[in-house]
Amino acid sequence: DDKLLSEPLGHPDFFNVQELFSLKDLFDARVHLGHKKGCRHRFMEPYIFGCRLDQDIIDLDQTMQHLQLALNFTAHIAYRKGIILFVSRKRQFCHLVESTARDCGEYAHTRYWQGGLLTNAHIQFGSGVRLPDLLIFLSSLNNVFEPHVAIRDAAKMNIPTVGVVDTNCNPCLITYPIPGNDDTPSAMELYCKLFRMTIIRAKDKRRQTEVFNELR
Amino acid sequence: LRLIYTTTAVQRKNVGASGPEKYTEAFIKKQIEEFNLGKRHLANMMGEDPETFTQEDIDKAIAYLFPSGLFDKQARPMMKHPTEIFPEQRKIQWGEDGRPLHFLFYTGKQAYYSLMHETYEKLLNVQKYQDELTAQDLPPKKEKKNLAGSRWLTKIELEEMLLEKLSDDDYSRFVQLLQKLMTLPCGDIEEKYIQKFSKAVPVQLQKVVTEPLKYDEQGVAFSTGEGTRKTARATAVVYDNGTGKITVNGIDILHYFPVLQDREQLLFPFQFLGRVGKHDMVCTVSGGGRSAQAGAIRLASAKALRSFVTEKEVEFMRQAGLLTLDPRVKERKKPGQEGARRKFTWKKR
Repeated sequence: DDKLLSEPLGHPDFFNVQELFSLKDLFDARVHLGHKKGCRHRFMEPYIFGCRLDQDIIDLDQTMQHLQLALNFTAHIAYRKGIILFVSRKRQFCHLVESTARDCGEYAHTRYWQGGLLTNAHIQFGSGVRLPDLLIFLSSLNNVFEPHVAIRDAAKMNIPTVGVVDTNCNPCLITYPIPGNDDTPSAMELYCKLFRMTIIRAKDKRRQTEVFNELR
Repeated sequence: LRLIYTTTAVQRKNVGASGPEKYTEAFIKKQIEEFNLGKRHLANMMGEDPETFTQEDIDKAIAYLFPSGLFDKQARPMMKHPTEIFPEQRKIQWGEDGRPLHFLFYTGKQAYYSLMHETYEKLLNVQKYQDELTAQDLPPKKEKKNLAGSRWLTKIELEEMLLEKLSDDDYSRFVQLLQKLMTLPCGDIEEKYIQKFSKAVPVQLQKVVTEPLKYDEQGVAFSTGEGTRKTARATAVVYDNGTGKITVNGIDILHYFPVLQDREQLLFPFQFLGRVGKHDMVCTVSGGGRSAQAGAIRLASAKALRSFVTEKEVEFMRQAGLLTLDPRVKERKKPGQEGARRKFTWKKR
């Protein structure tokens, strides 16, 4: 049982998430497109490759690294049977995110975030609730273009966060930021596909190793 | 490091109100067993057969054994099946390992949001179907649905269906989504789904059917009508091919109604239709005063004349107010006042 949990931690890429995406895939899905120069957030400047005709272009090499780290982390969380919560306040992709979560067997929250959901959970839900072990933000801003309350709440409750940060977002409190576009449908579909594949892969691996251990 | 001892009272200081009492499955089961046992005991007490003791018999027996003069039926002693008494509640939300059972559990309103998710999915399906039809250059189906005969579920009914509280905004959003789904041309596919949330409303406008003319022994056409005004009740029989003779309670109107105003009231329907000397009328009237009786007979004769006259003229009569029952009755006297409206004399000192 110990070996089951400690074995994946030895490898840098135990679940081989690197093969799921390539730079060309990211480029075709227009992940590199950011907002205009005026919307740029100060803390996103290290992730920006340049600016063309006032539109910011995100550095896809850095995105590749961050994406690999983030997917690897989600795979480990899913392997250890953690609860993953997909959060996005983009109305356009609400249905897509909820369907992705349902297909993975994980949870989603793409609606109005009630204030005490994480911090006041024992009163809102009941006394024996289990809080999510990972929050994945497919868009880290809410409908008023302010940072989503869940980022701050997750930081308060010591819950790690993975988030797609666009050029107008604040990447500060997110543990594994992924600089990339969060407005285009193709980019969102790519992210959903990647997360879904990693989580399913990690869960299958867990089931397989458990079956192997039982057979011995 | 010192160990600080705290009392249980201090530990539970900031616990908020924990909703309505949760009934466990074991508790409900026990209640059902007790109910069944009690039913058999009650049947034995009343001398009936325990096997065929229905809920109505139980109600009668309880009303006999525990007579109560309370006005509110809900406050009287009652013995019903536990499923009717204890409200339906949602069972536990998460499994043994702590993982919630529903994928939208962390939103707080899982039933409502999953409903919205499903409905939006149906909407997307319909749009996709529409796109496919336009791609094949087929015209979209245009079938008119019956909008008047159905209504959407009310907020309370929806709450009962979802077992969850809703806010007014949530409910209005859901209804808007359903209406959007319905107004799309290819909404027929999802009709079964929409029907779950609509209820048939019985058409309220009852068309007043005009009765056909009846013929008596000599072949003269006649028809009856009833009318009321204040406390007077009147029935009128209007005969065709008449001279304009009107009899009330066996007495001619000239003797029964000495005042001109009352006779004018009686003749108004005939004058309006232009049939003053063409009909005979025999009426019976009781109750009320002289003006009330006149008004009652007027209404009765107008109702009777409907059968002799075309639909257009009936509509004219209705618009003239001849066919409307006058709802004015004597207002009751209130305590602390001299009459219905008159107050006692106000004295400054």
